[in-house]
Amino acid sequence: MISWPGLVAQLTEILLAVLLAPVLQGWVNQCRAWLQNKSGPGILQPYRTLRKLFAKEVVLAHTASPLFRAAPYVVFACMCLAAAIVPILGNDLPFSPAADAIALVGIFALARVFISLAAMDIGTAFGTLGARREMMVGFLAEPALLMVLFNASLISHSTSLTTIVEHLAHLEFVIYPSLAFAGVAFTMVSLAENARIPVDNPSTHLELTMIHEAMVLEYSGRHLALIEWSAALKLFVYSCIGIALFFPFGIAQGGDAVGLVLALPALAAKLAVGGFAMALIEMLSAKMRIFRAPEFLGTAFLLAVLALLIHLLLEG
Amino acid sequence: MPGALQLILGVILLWLALGLAGVFFPRNLRLVSRVLFPAGALGALVVAGAALNALGGATQSLVLPLGLPDLPFHLRLDALSAFFLLLLGAVTAGISVFAAGYFRQGDGTPPGLQCLYYHVFVASMALVLLADDAYAFMVFWETMALSSYFLVTSDHAKAEIRRAGFLYLLIAHVGAIGILLCFGVLHGSGDYTFDTMREVQLAPFWATLAFVLALFGFGAKAGMLPLHVWLPEAHPAAPSPVSALMSAVMLKTAIYGLLRVLFDLLHTQVWWWGATILVLGLATALYGVIFSAVQSDMKRLLAYSSIENIGFILVGIGLAVIFQAYGMRALAALALTAALYHSINHAFFKSLLFLATGSVLHATHERALGKLGGLIHRMPWVAWLALVGTLAIAGLPPLNGFVSEWLLLQAFLFSPSLPHAYLNMLVPVAAAAVVLAAALAGYVMVKFYGVVFLGQPREASLATARDAGIWERAGLVWLAAGCIALGVAPVSVIGVIDAVSSQLLGKTLGASATGWMFLTPISPERASYAPFLFLVVILLVWLLTWLAVRQFYHGESRRAPPWDCGFPAQNARMQDSAEGFGQPIRQVFEPFFRMRRELPTPFDAKPRYRVTVEDHLWYWLYLPIVKATQMITRVVTLLQRGRISVYLTYSFVTLLILLLFVR
Repeated sequence: MISWPGLVAQLTEILLAVLLAPVLQGWVNQCRAWLQNKSGPGILQPYRTLRKLFAKEVVLAHTASPLFRAAPYVVFACMCLAAAIVPILGNDLPFSPAADAIALVGIFALARVFISLAAMDIGTAFGTLGARREMMVGFLAEPALLMVLFNASLISHSTSLTTIVEHLAHLEFVIYPSLAFAGVAFTMVSLAENARIPVDNPSTHLELTMIHEAMVLEYSGRHLALIEWSAALKLFVYSCIGIALFFPFGIAQGGDAVGLVLALPALAAKLAVGGFAMALIEMLSAKMRIFRAPEFLGTAFLLAVLALLIHLLLEG
Repeated sequence: MPGALQLILGVILLWLALGLAGVFFPRNLRLVSRVLFPAGALGALVVAGAALNALGGATQSLVLPLGLPDLPFHLRLDALSAFFLLLLGAVTAGISVFAAGYFRQGDGTPPGLQCLYYHVFVASMALVLLADDAYAFMVFWETMALSSYFLVTSDHAKAEIRRAGFLYLLIAHVGAIGILLCFGVLHGSGDYTFDTMREVQLAPFWATLAFVLALFGFGAKAGMLPLHVWLPEAHPAAPSPVSALMSAVMLKTAIYGLLRVLFDLLHTQVWWWGATILVLGLATALYGVIFSAVQSDMKRLLAYSSIENIGFILVGIGLAVIFQAYGMRALAALALTAALYHSINHAFFKSLLFLATGSVLHATHERALGKLGGLIHRMPWVAWLALVGTLAIAGLPPLNGFVSEWLLLQAFLFSPSLPHAYLNMLVPVAAAAVVLAAALAGYVMVKFYGVVFLGQPREASLATARDAGIWERAGLVWLAAGCIALGVAPVSVIGVIDAVSSQLLGKTLGASATGWMFLTPISPERASYAPFLFLVVILLVWLLTWLAVRQFYHGESRRAPPWDCGFPAQNARMQDSAEGFGQPIRQVFEPFFRMRRELPTPFDAKPRYRVTVEDHLWYWLYLPIVKATQMITRVVTLLQRGRISVYLTYSFVTLLILLLFVR
C-alpha cells in the first residue's frame, strides 16, 4: 500500500517544511521592516537566532519539572506531524490517512495544551497569565478553525485533507460565497493562532499585552530554539492550510515528480504574497486590548458558522 | 460450563458476601483493605471478561425465584447489557483496587460499613443492567440510589454533606417516579416484563408520553439539564472512589436505561424526539463546561465536567435517533457508536481524575484549588497518571477522548443528507456548539491540572505531601492504561460496540476498511484516523529531535531562580488562583452566571475581594418549586388540627360521602 516514491515525497515534504519554515517567518518580518521604512535584518535572520539559541546552555528554573523540559519536544513533534498531513507540494501523501482535518485541529490543540501547561509549571505570575490568555484565544480560535474546515469538508464530502484539496482544485470556476466568508474567518483565526497583531504582538515583552511571549519567558537555549522553530513551523503550516483550502491551484495531483517540481515555485510565490499580506495587515491594525480578543475571535467563529449556513442554503 | 449470565450472578453474590463480611468486622481495616476490596476487584474483572465474551454470543436469560408471587425477577444478558457490564467491570476493577488503599480509619462511617455500601452499590448497578422486567428494574434502581446515598453521606457529621445527600436522594426519587410512570405507560395491558413491552404497539401519543417520562427519569439520574443540580453537590461530598464510581458507572446506567427504552422497548423513533435529546444534550454540555471553568473546588470542577460529558453522550444519542427516524441506519450506527464510545471513555478518564483528586486529598487534606500547587514534585506518580486523564478528557489525540469526539463530529458532517429541510441546517450549528464545548473542556483541564499539579506550592503545608501508596497507584495505572488503549486501538473497540449497534439498530458501523490501524467509518475516502501512527510519529520525532540536538550541539543545562522581572519580593500566592484562571470565562460568558462581586475600595486597610458564582436555574426553577411546595403544604396543614374530634368528623364525612356514592 505504501509506495517508496510516495514515502520519499512525504519525507522530502516534511524536511522541506521543517527547514524552510523559518524563511517564511523571516520574510514576514522583512516585509514588516520594509513597510515601516526600516532596512530589516534579512530573511535569514531566524536561522541565525536558532543557531545562537541552540549553542547556548539552558537555564532552568529551580521549580521546573520534567514536563517543562519535555514540552518543547512535544510541541515540535506536533508541528512536524501537522506538516506531514497538510498537502504542501503534492497531494499524494502516504501519511495523510493517519489524520484528517479534525485530527489536524486536535494536533494544534495538543501543542497548545502542552505549552500552556509548561508555562504554568514554573509558577511565576507571567507564566500563568500567558497560559490563561493562550487558552482563552484557543477555545475560540479552535472551533472557528474547525468550522472553516467543516465548510470545506461539506463542499467536498470528506474530511480528509487530500480529498478536500483534490476536490477544490478540480472545481469548475464557480464562486462559492461560503468560501469567501470562511476565508475571512480563517484569516482572523490564523492571525490569532500565530500570535500576530491585532491579537498578540510577537515583538513585545510588555506584560499588559503579551500572550505567547509570556508563556515562553522562562525558556532558554535549545528549548527556546525548539519553541521558536515550532512557532515558525506553525505559521508555515497555517499558511499552507490556507493555500490548500482557498488557492489549491498548482498543488501537484498524484505522485508525478514533474508536478512536484513545478509545485515548488508556485508554493513559494503564494507564500511570498501571503506573507506580505500578513505583514500588511499587521502594519495597518493596532494591537487590541486583551479583552477585545474574545470579540474578535467570536466574530471569526460566527463568520465561519455563517459560511456553513450559506453553504447549506445556497450551495446545497 | 456455566454461561456468562450465571458467572456474573456468581460475582454479584460474591460482592454481597464481601459486603456482609465487612458488616461483621466494621473496624477491621486490614481485612477490609487487604482482602475484601481486592477480592471485589477480581470479581469485577471476571464480570468484564464474561461480558466481553457474551457480547458476540446469543442472548441469555434467566428467571430468579425471587420477588412478587406472580412476577419473579427476570434477568437477561444481551449485547446492550453486556456492553455496559463490560464498562462497569473494567472500571470498577481499577476503582476497587484504589479503594483498597483509600479507605482509612477516621471520622465518618467505619471502613467495614463503607465496604458494605460500596459492594451493594456495585452489585445493584450490575443488576440494573441485567433486569428484564420493570419490577426488578425498579427494585435494583432504588437499591442503587439508596446505597449510593449512604456512601455520599459517609462523612455525615458535616451539615453541608447531609444537605447534599438530601438533594441527591430527592432528585433520584423524582426521577424514579418518571421511570415508574414510563414503565406504566409502556406495559400496555400485559404484565411488566420487558418482553411484553417489546410486543406492545403503542399509539403515537402514548409512545411520546413514554419517551418524555423516560427522558425525564433517566435524565435526572444522568445529570441532564435542568435536573443536574444534585450532581455538583453529591460528587464532592462522597469519598473519592465513590465519586469515581458514581460518575463513571452510575451516570452510565441512566444512559443505559434511556437506550433500552428508546431503541429496545419503543420500536419506532420520531425525529423530534432526537432533536429534543440533541438540544438538551447541547445545553447540558455547554452549561457543564462553562460552570466547570469557574469552580474553585477540584471535585466540583470534575462534577461539572461530568455534566458536560453526559451532554456529549446525549448529543450522540439524539443524533442516532434522528438518523434512525429517517431510516439512515448506517449513520445512526455512527452516532450511536460515538455515544457509546464516549460513555466508556468518560468512565475511564473521569474515574482516573476523581481518584487522583482522592490521592491529593489524602496527601494534603485540601480540596480548594487555591491552596494546592506544585504537586508534580511531591507526588510524581499521581501527577503523571493524572496528566494522561487530563489530556484524554480535554479531547486531545492520540488519547481516547478524541476518538469519540471525532466520531461525533463525523456523524454531524453527514447531517446535510437528512431529508428534513430545517433539521439539516440546524444540525451543523449544533456541531459548532459541540466544538465550542470541546474546546472549552481543554481550557478547564489546563486549569485543573496546572493549578493542582504544576507551579509552586501555594501553602507551606504542601511540602510534606506524600505520593500515593502502592494500591492507589495500581488503580490509577489500570485506568490510565485503559485511556491509552481505548485511544490507540479504536478499531477493536468499535468491533465490540458493533454488537450493540446491530442489536439496537440492525446495522453496524464498519470500523475499518484498511486494517486495524486505520479507523475509517463509512468509507476510507470520507475520513480516516490512525491514532497509533500518530503516537508513533510523535514519539519518533521527539526522539530524533532529542538525539539531533545532543549530536549537533550539547545537552548542558544549569539551574537558576526563575526570572522575577527585577521584583524580588514574589511569592507563590502571586500565581493565578483558580478564580483568576477562570476569570476570562466569567467575563465572556457573563450572562450564564448569577454573580455577586464585592470589591474593596482603594482606602481599605484590609482589602477583601469576594466573588460568588451561582446558578441561575437554582433561582429561576428550583426555588419557585420549593416555594410552591411550601405553600401547598401550608394549605394542607390547615386540615391538620391536632384534635381528635376534628379527625373523627373527617372520618364521619368521608364515610357519608362513600355511602352516597357506593350505595
